[in-house]
Amino acid sequence: MSRRPYMRKVERSWWLHQPRYVLYMIRELTSLFVGLYCALLVVGLVRLSQGQAAWEGFVAAFSSPLGIAFQLVCLAFAIYHSVTWFALTPKAMPLMVKGEPVPGIVIVGSHYVAWAVVSIIVLIAAGR
Amino acid sequence: MARSNKPLLWLPFAGGGLVAALVTPVLILITGVLVPLGILHLHYETIAAFAHNPIGKLILFGAVALPAWHAAHRLRMTAHDLGLGGGFTIKAACYGAAWLLILAAAVALIAT
Repeated sequence: MSRRPYMRKVERSWWLHQPRYVLYMIRELTSLFVGLYCALLVVGLVRLSQGQAAWEGFVAAFSSPLGIAFQLVCLAFAIYHSVTWFALTPKAMPLMVKGEPVPGIVIVGSHYVAWAVVSIIVLIAAGR
Repeated sequence: MARSNKPLLWLPFAGGGLVAALVTPVLILITGVLVPLGILHLHYETIAAFAHNPIGKLILFGAVALPAWHAAHRLRMTAHDLGLGGGFTIKAACYGAAWLLILAAAVALIAT
């Protein structure tokens, strides 16, 4: 394309100017910690494939004070992701049942129920 | 109509956001709190047996790969929001890291 559309200069600190923009940026930042925790899980899968000693070393590593501190930060951001993701669902995928729109609170509420159910299933499966 | 690769990016993005919202917190609760406190134990035999099972492999892969893809796509968009260009470097860094994780997870699960 040969056209060069006008691009307005945006200050890099634009999101600091309003509390709601800061919250938006924190919401987006949750993905960094979700991604970092995924990296930890991948290390776990690799260690698992290497046998028992490697796996136990991995468990010891993520149970270390540094591992716990890192994961507590991840947990806070992950929960913030869940809450903001559920809050968005009625806007992202509004539902119609028999021609009537499903109230947002029902869509959000069912996500919280699913969250609880999935969490309990994972806890039971991991606790065996 | 012009072909777009957007649905291919978006479907795993949305799926990854949902998996990250539903599954990731409880996984962190287990590995970051319950196991270090000694309330729960992730025995090698149990986890290895789960990872041996084809359905177990699929569940573990989904729990890792989908949120990783979601995070990569979102980080790229956030970098754009911060004026860090929509250029190739950011794209390569975000999706490259995600692909690395996804492939490593796949290889490890196949080997288990």
